[in-house]
Amino acid sequence: MATTEEVRADLAEIVNEVAGVPADDVQLDKSFVDDLDVDSLSMVEVVVAAEEKFDVKIPDDEVKNLKTVGDAVAYIERAQNG
Amino acid sequence: MTGLNPSHGSRHATILGIGSYRASRVIPNDDIVDAIDSSDEWIQQRSGIRTRRWATPEETVQSMSVGASRKALEHSGVDASQIDAVIVATVSHMLQTPSAATAIAHELGTDRPVAFDISAACAGFCHGVALASDMIRGGSAHHVLVIGVERLSDLTNPEDRGTAFIFSDGAGAVVVGPSDEPGIGPVVWGSDGEQFDLIRQREDWRDVIRQKNPMMPHLVMQGNAVFRWAAFEMAKIAQQTLDESGIKVEDLDLFVPHQANMRIIDAMARSMKLPAHVKIARDIADQGNASAASIPLALDRMVTEGEAKSGDLALLIAFGAGLSYASQVVKVP
Repeated sequence: MATTEEVRADLAEIVNEVAGVPADDVQLDKSFVDDLDVDSLSMVEVVVAAEEKFDVKIPDDEVKNLKTVGDAVAYIERAQNG
Repeated sequence: MTGLNPSHGSRHATILGIGSYRASRVIPNDDIVDAIDSSDEWIQQRSGIRTRRWATPEETVQSMSVGASRKALEHSGVDASQIDAVIVATVSHMLQTPSAATAIAHELGTDRPVAFDISAACAGFCHGVALASDMIRGGSAHHVLVIGVERLSDLTNPEDRGTAFIFSDGAGAVVVGPSDEPGIGPVVWGSDGEQFDLIRQREDWRDVIRQKNPMMPHLVMQGNAVFRWAAFEMAKIAQQTLDESGIKVEDLDLFVPHQANMRIIDAMARSMKLPAHVKIARDIADQGNASAASIPLALDRMVTEGEAKSGDLALLIAFGAGLSYASQVVKVP
């Protein structure tokens, strides 16, 4: 089972690829919109790439609750364990 | 028992000529931002649109179609009298009946061709090309004029933050005819009716006229869900089209997707891993999203500006309300 740090690091790579944000900036306490400047369309791209990478489903309704990197990591961990 | 005579078609079909008509009013973002409490920067970032083309009152669905068609006929060298079918793809012809196609065909000076409209929203043009190709190969027509035309400014709510900056007006047309070699590859097309309400006219006409102060039933759209479907599901359809055409992505010269949103175009190109030499249509930046007209407008611009050469292989993919989609590889006329 991947650790929280491993999930964060993989997610950071995705955010880097989609939005050009340096992967080191993608820390658990960072807000996608306010801190990382990832807008809602980029967020859709991040989510689709994350679904593929982590083999989970992240429905559209859920995406708006993923405000911070920590929210997304926690959701992915729950979905993987569920 | 008496047998029926079979139809005799041409072995192959191809696009013989292309033409377009851009609505003449150039509307910059600054002209529309106040009504949606937005900014030029926000619109460009979200859509890649800098200006859009809107029609004058004189630029009607019919007049823009005729303008585009005359250029396509001239480019093809086919006389209007040789056209035996006219297919118009549109959602903004404001008469339930008759179709836009018959009057357009008449104004062009054609000789009583079969003429009808199709409703497949932004996917309509590629549906029309597929029908034309099959009609020619099936023997029910020899030269088919396919028109994509929209006046979406009529159906745009200037106060809707999600759509006010997107839609535009214009027409594009191609003449499809018989050929010795395949010029139009196999179509990959379909629909996803489960998501019929992602992009739609807000309410039906009967509900409109029951209102106290009736307003045009504008188009509404769930942007993020559409983005997800278009950017990822449609990239898979595009790949399937290449596979069924026997074309490798390296062999492609042009990628001409429906000009829905620059962000969708970029995401599709990334997802398809298009090689750097493939030229990507980006007509949306100063035309906006002209729905059924967007692909022929974009392709004609590439032809006119010398970016596309005769014989180039272009991957077309159109997608939109329905949801509906259609895609094929074509040779540039």
